[in-house]
Amino acid sequence: MTASIDRRDFLRASSLAGGGLVLGAWLDYRLPNELHAAELGAAADFTPNAFIRITPDGRITIVAKNPEIGQGVKTSMPQLIAEELDVPWDRITIVQADSDPSKYGPQVAGGSTATPTNWEPLRRAGAVGRQLMITAAAQALGVPEAELTTAGDARVHHLASHRHLTYAALAERAAALPAPDAASVKMKDPKDYKIIGKALPGVDNHKIVTGQPLFGIDVTVPGMLHAVLEKAPVYGAKVASANLDEVKRMPGVRDAFVIEGGTQLAGLLAGVAIVADSYWNARTARQRLRVTWAEHPTAQQSTAAFKAKAAEFFAGAPQRSLRNDGDVNAAVARGTKVEATYEYPFLAHASMEPMNCTAHFTDGKLEIWAPTQNPQSGRTLCANTLGIAPDQITIHMMRAGGGFGRRLNNDYMVEAAWISRVAGAPVKLIWTREDDIQHDFYRPAGFHKLRGAVDASGAPMAWENHFVSFGEGNGFVASANIGATEFPAAFVPNFSLGVSTMPLGVPTGFLRAPGSNALSWVMQSFIDELAHAARKDPVEFRRTLLAQFVAPAPTGAGPQPQYLNAERMRGVLDLVAEQSGWGTRPLPRGTGMGVAFHFSHRGYFAEVVQATVSKQGELKVDKVWVAGDVGAHIINPSGALNQVQGSVLDGISEALAQEITIEGGRAVQSNFHDFPLIRLTESPPVEVHFRKTDFPPTGMGEPALPPVVPALCNAIFAATGKRIRSLPLKHHDLSWS
Amino acid sequence: MLVTLTVNGTRRTVDVPADMPLLWVLRDSLDLKGTKFGCGMAQCGACTVHINGTPTRSCVLPAAAVAGANITTIEGLSPDGTHALQKAWEELDVPQCGYCQAGQLMSAAGLLARTPKPTDAEIDEAMNGNLCRCATYSRIREGIHRAAGQTR
Repeated sequence: MTASIDRRDFLRASSLAGGGLVLGAWLDYRLPNELHAAELGAAADFTPNAFIRITPDGRITIVAKNPEIGQGVKTSMPQLIAEELDVPWDRITIVQADSDPSKYGPQVAGGSTATPTNWEPLRRAGAVGRQLMITAAAQALGVPEAELTTAGDARVHHLASHRHLTYAALAERAAALPAPDAASVKMKDPKDYKIIGKALPGVDNHKIVTGQPLFGIDVTVPGMLHAVLEKAPVYGAKVASANLDEVKRMPGVRDAFVIEGGTQLAGLLAGVAIVADSYWNARTARQRLRVTWAEHPTAQQSTAAFKAKAAEFFAGAPQRSLRNDGDVNAAVARGTKVEATYEYPFLAHASMEPMNCTAHFTDGKLEIWAPTQNPQSGRTLCANTLGIAPDQITIHMMRAGGGFGRRLNNDYMVEAAWISRVAGAPVKLIWTREDDIQHDFYRPAGFHKLRGAVDASGAPMAWENHFVSFGEGNGFVASANIGATEFPAAFVPNFSLGVSTMPLGVPTGFLRAPGSNALSWVMQSFIDELAHAARKDPVEFRRTLLAQFVAPAPTGAGPQPQYLNAERMRGVLDLVAEQSGWGTRPLPRGTGMGVAFHFSHRGYFAEVVQATVSKQGELKVDKVWVAGDVGAHIINPSGALNQVQGSVLDGISEALAQEITIEGGRAVQSNFHDFPLIRLTESPPVEVHFRKTDFPPTGMGEPALPPVVPALCNAIFAATGKRIRSLPLKHHDLSWS
Repeated sequence: MLVTLTVNGTRRTVDVPADMPLLWVLRDSLDLKGTKFGCGMAQCGACTVHINGTPTRSCVLPAAAVAGANITTIEGLSPDGTHALQKAWEELDVPQCGYCQAGQLMSAAGLLARTPKPTDAEIDEAMNGNLCRCATYSRIREGIHRAAGQTR
């Protein structure tokens, strides 16, 4: 189960892992201040870089650098360090870093980037520590370094003399040595890995199952008050008036005030804050709050109007062309033609932990405790909004009860900071679930008009897509874009992609596998339509498509467009077909299998869904098979399986019943009763297979999600003959006779 | 108003508004942060505690209504985190983000207390009201079976 290295792909991944300069910059720093301050005798401690501390009494601490949102990085990233440091996992204490990129490098939970960007540097960080222990032991024992070994027990062994020294005993001596060059330090042969590749349980599991305070919402600081915030239901509208005096007379209320807010939807927006001595008193006072909102130009926006505008665009040519290969019109005239229009809704993230943040503004300094995926952008937002220097802000990254891209935006952080400054006290702001659903940064809706054709042999020969999205000029609103290399570009000889956009006054942002979570459904559903038009098996048709790749001519100097690696995709497609028994089992009427694949976040995933639809139209997802290729190593197989299964069920959850509709410029849905999450009884078994290839390891938080949505809809077609061209599924009558 | 509650075997008296939900009394008055706020309308189960042994949503239940009842939270599920479900959850690495898991465990503990060897259908019935946004459902089911001594 290996593949030859594709040089182009290898180089691309290596460059993502960061060059020597980056390593040098963030491996030279020392441990977080909290650790130094918390312990005595620090001068004797061994702290070769920002990630490792070994004390003379034998305590080993490893710093987890990235925000933990459930993707498992608080466990998997320290595994990389511990492996090369060669210490026993069960003796390590893992602590969460604060936000400080100058010490730790990038600290972001987004884009499934933690694994590819840290795979090399964090192993090197561990290896630097081990090398210093070897050097120290060589000096202490008076033997050459070459005669010394480590064996995963936090000791340096001199086998020839049956002697060893513990890392603890060597700590003080090692601490005085100059650190070797991280870029050239020796690392393990992967066949010797003991910690990388091991299914270790999450390091916070015990705290979680015993209910210890851990999440952002659990933070308590001395003198803390509690805040709620009523934001304008029409995004960006201003406060005209509010009954502040009445609210201030409510029990426990310390203050109530208008936040003027700005005009940027991702910044501090207008609202009315209520600060009280308890959350419940603040929330009770909010029931009494009456706000008159100023008129706002986006109050006329609606999902119905967006649809009408898309239909208008579809009647004409796209506003602009992103790609034009061959001659689509001529090819369509020659072949068997298929036309279809697809549309998908806005989606909320609905993390289980509602948005919250604790902030303390005092004497021009700001301290933040936040569940955030991107603390550094929060620092910038707070600094700019409050007019203070970024280095006057301390950000503690709290475990987040889910993120899914929502917490890449730090609106709730700047709100808490602002409220703390006005209130003159530390404040914990907690949003209600209704606030969360109605003030998200939504996955944007989108519309696609597709035309395609297959030739007499059944091969795909033409593909045209008019994508209607949101934006102005040549720009798209966040996450509403499409790339000119989006599959199947370069795989179909006659190919055109055009775009038309309309303005949008609704906040949008990144939802797990952004772009891909919608585009994969459109592309892989329409590929299925072409396969059926060609009277080909959907797996076989996709093999034909993957074989048609033609690398476009270079486009001048600079980075060249990147396409998926057809060989790797073929590998996972074949694997999922084999594991699912594709085409080998007779299925009863009403039961069907669907297939799809997608490349995103450097990961290759092909998935098969088996679904059953009753004559009355009740849908049951029977099972999902997944084949993934994320390179040569899986750091933590338990966490990886969790991420893949979670992503797949997340995609099904979105497809079944989720949508945000806009009426009067505001979100209609408000809580889990009208924005439902998938439940235990709706969740099929998800069988996961990995195809290991000789590529650098990549991240797992997102790439398994996109293909399941089209695979499910393709299965419904196989089961019922009904083609799903709009989501969610709850609006479709799936009954058959 | 003064309300006396018996939480995890200890009597505690708090001065809270009459309509203040048990969830917020636990979290903010008694500093028991394990019980979680998810939706505020008994839709998600993150706030599940036991009232006289029965799994109950605490976000819509006024604390004053359960004065005199025995209230058990995740912090009191076992003295030292060794309830069979807690051990199974750790061994199987059930949590992803972990936010809903206290509620999941309290619902599952209620199930096992009345049905020591539950079938899958009984697990469906008992657990379907607890949402997990990370969708850890297959491991939740496996964890319940393991805690019940049923190897699968």
